[in-house]
Amino acid sequence: MSVTGSRHVHALIGSLGRLARTPFSTTLTVLVIALALALPTALRLFVLNAQAATGGFSNAIDISVYLKTDVPLAKAQQLEHSTRERPEVGQVELITPDKAMEEFRAYSGFGTALDALKENPLPPVLHVQPRADAQTAAAVESLRRYFTAWPEVDLVQVDTDWVMRFNAILAVLRNLLLIAAVLLGAGVLAVIGNTIRLEILNRRAEIEVTKLVGGSNAFVRRPFLYTGVLYGLCGALLAWAIVEIAVFVLGRPIANLAQVYGSHFALQGPPIDDVGVLLATGVVLGWMGAWISAARHLRRIEPRA
Amino acid sequence: MIAFDRVSKRYPNGREALSNCTFEVHTGEMVFLTGRSGAGKSTVLKLIACLERPTRGTVVVGGKNTTTLKARHVPAFRRHVGVVFQDHKLLADRPVFDNVALPLVVAGLPFKDMDKRVRAALDQVGLLGKERLSPMELSVGEQQRVGIARAVVSKPPLLIADEPTGNLDPDLALDIMKLFRRFSDVGVTVVVATHDLHIVREFAQRELVIENGAIHGNVGGDLPSVIAVR
Repeated sequence: MSVTGSRHVHALIGSLGRLARTPFSTTLTVLVIALALALPTALRLFVLNAQAATGGFSNAIDISVYLKTDVPLAKAQQLEHSTRERPEVGQVELITPDKAMEEFRAYSGFGTALDALKENPLPPVLHVQPRADAQTAAAVESLRRYFTAWPEVDLVQVDTDWVMRFNAILAVLRNLLLIAAVLLGAGVLAVIGNTIRLEILNRRAEIEVTKLVGGSNAFVRRPFLYTGVLYGLCGALLAWAIVEIAVFVLGRPIANLAQVYGSHFALQGPPIDDVGVLLATGVVLGWMGAWISAARHLRRIEPRA
Repeated sequence: MIAFDRVSKRYPNGREALSNCTFEVHTGEMVFLTGRSGAGKSTVLKLIACLERPTRGTVVVGGKNTTTLKARHVPAFRRHVGVVFQDHKLLADRPVFDNVALPLVVAGLPFKDMDKRVRAALDQVGLLGKERLSPMELSVGEQQRVGIARAVVSKPPLLIADEPTGNLDPDLALDIMKLFRRFSDVGVTVVVATHDLHIVREFAQRELVIENGAIHGNVGGDLPSVIAVR
């Protein structure tokens, strides 16, 4: 192995050993970092799962297109077909006046009183459900405008259900997630920076001697950088574990809750991409926190006679 | 190898440690710095090792002017100077071997070559066999010798020592000085600050006498040593 390679390995192993020698304080610091990283991860997981859950409730957004009563059946069917062609539309169902009357008779309780009607006053209706990924307020609004443009259409009714509101709340949460991530990231930097500062203070004598025999700044700094990286990585791994445990613990109750609402939703753990980002973030924050702290504090330590 | 040109050093607290010192030390020479405590011997050594920079004048060591030496070049400079301090500055949390090997680690020597060099250095100071001990388990004299081993292990072209025999008994002190002279014989420049006049007399090397921050006498190796008494 080249000299540089062996220096890095040496520094890494040295840092690992040092962390292992003070397990209690190492664990505490790693825990703080893990909690700081777990929070945005959990929030993001919440957003992801909420999006998946409401995907399962896609039949909650309902657009009812009421056609004029004199529209013939053939025309209504033609409209049904052209609606189905549209990319944002998930499902279309044509309820003919006869079918509507049957349903009305069955569900309304008026029953035989309806027989007194000579004509069927009910119009044909198209029940339209947008596709799961077209359930934003903008997409639904564009569909509404599309239907309203038809001459055969009498009324377009959009059932802006709680799902739309939920999506709006999710959008806010996504912004909150960003803010939380930035703040907590800064927190992780501060924790690691402080920990490295303390380690530098503790190893002052060693740093002085190393500089005396001609150790370069990079040489002196390297073990501290690896310590930072290790803290960040272990913190990220622990954060991952915490989130997975939470998912495991909440899995059953949430599945039960979903069933009550008629859904087969199951809580998902973080996808592998997210885990990768989490670990990479841990490493990068660890490295940065250590670098900033080490650059400042190592500069002040010079050998004295 | 070393050239001081009208060097003065004033510390921030106002104390003038050196004033207007001019001297030269040639490559391969062995020079003693003598003088009373507080005369300025340690300051001269610190200036040579680039641990301090002169307030006035220039210090040139191995062709490099320490005043204009950039911070990032200082480590490389220090790798070529072996320094022995009065307080040995050993690291108590690791064995003697690791302490002595540090300059080799810093220089990037492969691990397999380190063993030989460390043992050779320890052998030269008479401490072979004690590599695995912690410095805390050694006597003060042995600790001092470990410090010397560390200074010489990377075979630097310049060796400076501040009272290296202070904690040693007379026989051992003599042995250590003989070791330094052997280094000087093979071309290493050696500068030793000491108040042990017995040693100085014994070795009849060139002597720079410092008093009150000024060079008071520059006695050549071929003249009988004159010990300045103040």
